Amino acid sequence: MDIKFNEKAPIYIQIMDYIKQNIISGKINPGDKLPSVREMSAFLKVNPNTLQRAYQELERENITYTQRGMGTFVKEDEEMIQVLKKDVAREVINSFVERMKNIGFTEKEIVNIVKERLEGEDK
Amino acid sequence: MDILLSTENLTKSYLGKKALNVVNIEIPKGKVVGILGPNGSGKTTLLKIIAGLLKPSSGKVLIDGKEPGVYTKSIVAYLPDTPFLYKWMKIKDSIDFYRDFYKDFDEEKAWELLKFMNLDPDSKVTSLSKGMAEKLNLTLTLSRKAKLYILDEPLGGVDPTTREKILDAIIQNYNEDSSMLITTHLVNDIERLFDEVLFIANGSIVLSGNAEELRLKEEKSIDELYREVFK
Repeated sequence: MDIKFNEKAPIYIQIMDYIKQNIISGKINPGDKLPSVREMSAFLKVNPNTLQRAYQELERENITYTQRGMGTFVKEDEEMIQVLKKDVAREVINSFVERMKNIGFTEKEIVNIVKERLEGEDK
Repeated sequence: MDILLSTENLTKSYLGKKALNVVNIEIPKGKVVGILGPNGSGKTTLLKIIAGLLKPSSGKVLIDGKEPGVYTKSIVAYLPDTPFLYKWMKIKDSIDFYRDFYKDFDEEKAWELLKFMNLDPDSKVTSLSKGMAEKLNLTLTLSRKAKLYILDEPLGGVDPTTREKILDAIIQNYNEDSSMLITTHLVNDIERLFDEVLFIANGSIVLSGNAEELRLKEEKSIDELYREVFK
């Protein structure tokens, strides 16, 4: 587990993103228990209230649920995970396209260069 | 929300020079609050008044509903920024000393923390390096079951690995029933610990708020804000 904070943005959002990433990549599976707030705050060296907030927001977004006295678990909801994946994919693509445009590529050229890259990988 | 500490128009002057100028703060239970400001801004004066070591020139302080006195000293654990242990003491003597002095001192916890900090109970207090002394002082302070912890520059003059240990100890000892006030000018190392921050300059609060909301609003880290406010 590795996370680098960019302290310009709220830390709880970055913790949420970090947990989402781990769910998407399969490092955390549906039904898994998340580390306790205290464990996570000691590990990330972050205020426990900030972690509490991140966990609350994850629950509000229907990504996790809390079982009283047991902890916080990732929902066993394949659809939710697909939605998460798409959300992240959209962000990645948006930033990629923006950067390519910034260095002077047209949309057509971007499509071509991506194609070339992917076909090259196949071989 | 339960307010653990509040000040009302708190002012302290030394021979006409104002060290604190009409400070109003409210600190709820369960918060870690960073008090940030350059040297000579009034941080230590504020903490000393809260700890009951200085009397305000005017204004009021209430801790758990009481003015500083015998009761508040029993619920406030204060870590000063200057040495406070007797020179003849060994580390284990300092633990005895705290146990005798404070009813809320948890000796078991103190031994645990000493071990965590890699401190030898038989070392003499005067033989400790700056970082080791800081770790000992923090051990003693955090081993009290206080409602309010006041840590004056807990990271002053310690190396990065010691800093990590100190941050760990602070996080592991945080609990929802008590609050912590921490002063520092090493904002970068510790800003992730803060719920709330107070910026203090020339004895006045110039900016305050929830750390996450400030980041959101200003799109800056607390460290960057600090540099901006105090440039």
